[in-house]
Amino acid sequence: MSFVEFEKVSLRYSEDGPMAIEDVSLQIEEGEFISVVGPSGCGKSTLMKLISGLKPPSDGYVYVNGRQVGGPLGIVGMAFQAANLLPWRTTLENVMLPMEIVEPYRSTRKARRAEYEELARAQLARVGLAGCEDKFPWELSGGMQQRASICRALIHKPRLLMLDEPFGALDAFTREELWCMLRDLWQQQPFTVILVTHDLREAVFLADTVYVMSKRPGRILVKREIDLPRPRDLDVTYTDAFSAHVHVLREAIGRVREN
Amino acid sequence: MKLSSKTMSRLAPWLLTLFVLMCWEAICRGFSIPSYLMPTPSLIFKVGLELAGPIMEHATHTLMTTLIGFAVAVAVGALLGMVVGTSPIIYKALYPMLVGFNSIPKVAFVPVLVVWFGIGTLPAILTAFLISFFPVVVNVAAGLSTLEPELEDVLRSLGASRLDILIKVGLPRSMPFFFASLKVAITLAFVGSVMSETVASNVGIGYLMMSASSSMNMPLVFAGLFVIGVMGVMMYEVFARLERHITGWASRGQNAVH
Repeated sequence: MSFVEFEKVSLRYSEDGPMAIEDVSLQIEEGEFISVVGPSGCGKSTLMKLISGLKPPSDGYVYVNGRQVGGPLGIVGMAFQAANLLPWRTTLENVMLPMEIVEPYRSTRKARRAEYEELARAQLARVGLAGCEDKFPWELSGGMQQRASICRALIHKPRLLMLDEPFGALDAFTREELWCMLRDLWQQQPFTVILVTHDLREAVFLADTVYVMSKRPGRILVKREIDLPRPRDLDVTYTDAFSAHVHVLREAIGRVREN
Repeated sequence: MKLSSKTMSRLAPWLLTLFVLMCWEAICRGFSIPSYLMPTPSLIFKVGLELAGPIMEHATHTLMTTLIGFAVAVAVGALLGMVVGTSPIIYKALYPMLVGFNSIPKVAFVPVLVVWFGIGTLPAILTAFLISFFPVVVNVAAGLSTLEPELEDVLRSLGASRLDILIKVGLPRSMPFFFASLKVAITLAFVGSVMSETVASNVGIGYLMMSASSSMNMPLVFAGLFVIGVMGVMMYEVFARLERHITGWASRGQNAVH
């Protein structure tokens, strides 16, 4: 069985409401980087809620790590378009928030505080935020806040990282910088990534597999393997192979939007 | 001499107060308004000094009454706000009653309190409490119920309990709302206690003013009004400072670099 498996999953938020997603089946291998693209409101965020156990499916089964998902797992890290850092905590304290909730960190955090703080500092350094540990979120730029938010999502060493349009609010240059940051993090210490995005170039540059979803009710229409060799450099985005992938996905999205 | 804008903004409230008092003095003198209708500030000040002892005694009593009522209001209001803010069902169930109750003029309720508890301090404390707990409830509830859903998802996906979310995020996040409500509540508490003292008490600044006005001692009535005003401003300032100290992050956050 794959690390994440969807078996004919449907979800409606209210009993007689419309389907948010319908009959979705997919498999994600451990360590795979997948991306989900689609028009607004196609239920991409619903996928994340299902995998993280925040919502049970109305129909079908969701398995993570060989077990049916019945509630929040703790092996998941999440980051969203808004960095959502807590303004009363310093960057370091923000990053350490999951350690105050997830076991085994939670019960040992008083005794091993120095060690965990060191972990958080190291994580911040890896995303280029060394020296910002004691700054408050409002003292960081938008890109830096997003880096810190991704640090927070990774600090408890989740096996699955879920990102919901994490770079959507950033300018183009910062966005490309953060692509590379995410790529490096993933290659240094492999974990499974699910990246929901509107940006096709982002999806193709980062992911192993890209799924295209339809309008509501969300279904998976296209699954495309991105065979570009790794490690990928930003230059790869100017190659013909890259453009071809983006082009095919763009056409698929275009068809979705017309219907 | 040119004053820096910082000194200017520090002096401005004093200057304006002084200006208003001077205008008042000038109008009273210019139109020869008799002091039993509208005393001049200088006369109020003089009477206030002469009777400083009794005024302070009554004022201290009112201050204590107000602070006790206010403390109860803060405790009850914060608890009720937490309950209302975290549970949508209780929110729906309780709100109409809270709003309805808050719409009742508390002065109409004082006679009821007098029947229950007799004349004196207890009705004043209760009136101060009743009039000032509502803003605390509303603000704490607002702070808790406007939690960003994404942030809640982040925490819940980690397996955080509702209590975890309340302690780690909900309460710290509602602190600025809470402190804003304290500033409103403390001034309302003065309104409540003085009102009750005016109607049904034999001690306190409200009672002092009531008995002064029945003997047409208008300067003393105004001295009482001044003392209440000054106490209100002082307590407001205390909570404003506490707010800046504890939740400074909330106002500094607005100057964020983006």
